[in-house]
Amino acid sequence: MADTLLKLDGVATAYGQSQALWDIDLEVPAGSAVALIGRNGVGKTTLLKTIIGAQRLSGGRMTFQGRDVSALGPHQRARAGIGYVPQGRHIFPHLTVRENLETGLSALAGRAGGAGAMSKSAIGAGIPDHIFDLFPKLAQIINRKGGVLSGGEQQQLAIGRALAGQPRLLLLDEPTEGIQPSVVQQIEDALRRIRAELGVTVLIVEQYLDFAWSFADSYRVMQRGRIIRAGSTREETAAEVAHLVNI
Amino acid sequence: MGEWPLIAGQIFNGFSVASLYVLAALGLALSFGLMRVINMAHGEMLMLGGYLAYLTLQVVPGPLGILAAMPVAFLGAAAVGAVLETTLIKRLSARPLDTLLATWGVSLILQQAARNIFGAIGVDVRAPDWLNHAYTVPSGLLEGLTIPATRLFILGVAFAVMGALSLLLARTRIGLLVRAVNQDRGMAAASGINVRAVDLSVFCLGTGIAGLAGVVLALLGPVTPNVGQSYVVPAFLVVVLGGLGSLKGTAIASLIVGLFSALVQILVDVSLAQVLLLLFVIGFIQFRPQGVVAVRSRALDA
Repeated sequence: MADTLLKLDGVATAYGQSQALWDIDLEVPAGSAVALIGRNGVGKTTLLKTIIGAQRLSGGRMTFQGRDVSALGPHQRARAGIGYVPQGRHIFPHLTVRENLETGLSALAGRAGGAGAMSKSAIGAGIPDHIFDLFPKLAQIINRKGGVLSGGEQQQLAIGRALAGQPRLLLLDEPTEGIQPSVVQQIEDALRRIRAELGVTVLIVEQYLDFAWSFADSYRVMQRGRIIRAGSTREETAAEVAHLVNI
Repeated sequence: MGEWPLIAGQIFNGFSVASLYVLAALGLALSFGLMRVINMAHGEMLMLGGYLAYLTLQVVPGPLGILAAMPVAFLGAAAVGAVLETTLIKRLSARPLDTLLATWGVSLILQQAARNIFGAIGVDVRAPDWLNHAYTVPSGLLEGLTIPATRLFILGVAFAVMGALSLLLARTRIGLLVRAVNQDRGMAAASGINVRAVDLSVFCLGTGIAGLAGVVLALLGPVTPNVGQSYVVPAFLVVVLGGLGSLKGTAIASLIVGLFSALVQILVDVSLAQVLLLLFVIGFIQFRPQGVVAVRSRALDA
C-alpha cells in the first residue's frame, strides 16, 4: 500500500472551554479516498477545520507527507498541499469566477514545480486547464460574480478553486448538500475524475452512504467528537453501518 | 463681484476640504474595512508626514522639494505603521476596545515626542513658487473667483491617490488578495493566502497615505504636534458616514462633508457650520445607519 499522506495521532481540539474532538487517530494513505460519516454535530466539520489549521490542536499531533504540521497556520498547510472545499462553499461573493480561481493559486507559493507538466489555461492566467475540463460551465461564467451563481455552480467553483492550488489532499465537506439533483451527478463524476485522473487523495464528509461507498476506499464513523468505527467500504456494506449514521 | 463667484468659490472650497478629508480618511477606512481596527494614532501619521515634509525640505530645498517629500512621508509613515501593527495591533487583534485605547496611548506618545523634538510651536513648510500663486477668473459670470494653486494641487493629489488605490485593488494580484481576505478571511487563509501579510500591507498602505496627506496639509498651515487631531475627527466622521470600510463611501462622504460645511459657511460662521455639520451627520446616521454605501460584509471593494 502507498505511503501515509496524512496522519493524526491523538488529536484533540476545543472551542474555547468546550472540547469538540477527543483523541482522533486517522491515517489517510496517499491515493486513497476516505469517507467521514456520522450524524449532524458529531464533529466531522470540526475535524476538517482542524486538519486545515482553522482550529488549533489542543492535543496530539498531525503529520502531512511525513512532516509535523501541527503548529502551521492555515495558509501554510494550504501551501503544503491541503485543499479545502468547505460546507456552504464559501465562495468570495464579490469576486468573479476567474478571480475566485486565482485566489486558489496562492497555495502554489513557495512550491517547486507542482504537478510537473501542468497545462496552463488560455482562459485565466495560471489557472490549470483541467479545471475547465472538469467543469466546462466555469469557463462560460468566468466573468460572473461568485455571489450570483447557483448552488451547483458555486460548488463547482469551490472545487475548482481548491484544485487551482494543486493539492495532494482534497478535503470535501458535503459537496452535494443542497445542490439540485441534476448537478449532483456532474459533481460526483468530477470527483471520481479528480481521483482517477489527477491522483488527488480525498477525505470527504458525506451524508449519502451510497455515494460514499461507491467513491471511497474506507470509512470512519464519528460520534460525539470521536472516531468510533473504521473500516473498508470494499469489505463491508453501507447497510452494516447505516444504523450508526441515520437518526 | 456678485453672488456667483462667492458660491462657486465655496463649492470649490468644499471640494478642496473634501480632498483633504478623503486623504485623511482613506487609511482609516482601509484598516477598519479589512481588520476592524480603529487606529486612534492615525492623526499622528498625518503629523509625521508633515514633519517629514519639513525635514525633506531642509535637505532638498528647491522647487521640487515638496515632490520629494511625498514618497519620503509615505514610506516613513508606512514604516511607523509597520512597527505599530507588528508590535501592538497584531497582538490585540480580537480586542477592538483594547486596540482603541492602546492606539490612543500611542497617539499621545507620538504627540509628545514631536513636542520634544520640534517644539510646541509649529514648523512651516513653505509651498514652492510654482504652487505659490492663484488663478483669478478675469471676466464673465464668475469674475473675481480666485483659486489658489495649492488647493488645486491637493485636489490633484487626492484624485491621484484615489485612482491609484482603486487600480491597486481592482487590477493587481495584491489587490485581489486584499479583496479575498476582506470577503472571507478564513477561506482566504485556507486557499493559501498569507492573511497576516495582507493585513500588514494594508495597514502600512493606510498609514502611508496618511503620511502623504500630512505633506499636503503642511502646505496649508504650520505643522504642529497636534495637527493630526484637527483632521482625525472629521476623518472618523467621514468613515462612519461613508459606510464603515467602504472606499467609494469614503469618497462620497468626504464630498458631502466638504460641500456641506463650505456651503453652510456662506450663510453662517465657521463654528455654527461645525455644529450644523455634526447635527447633519447625526441625523443622517439616524436614517441610514449603514452609511452612504451599505457594507453588509467587510467590503473594501472600491
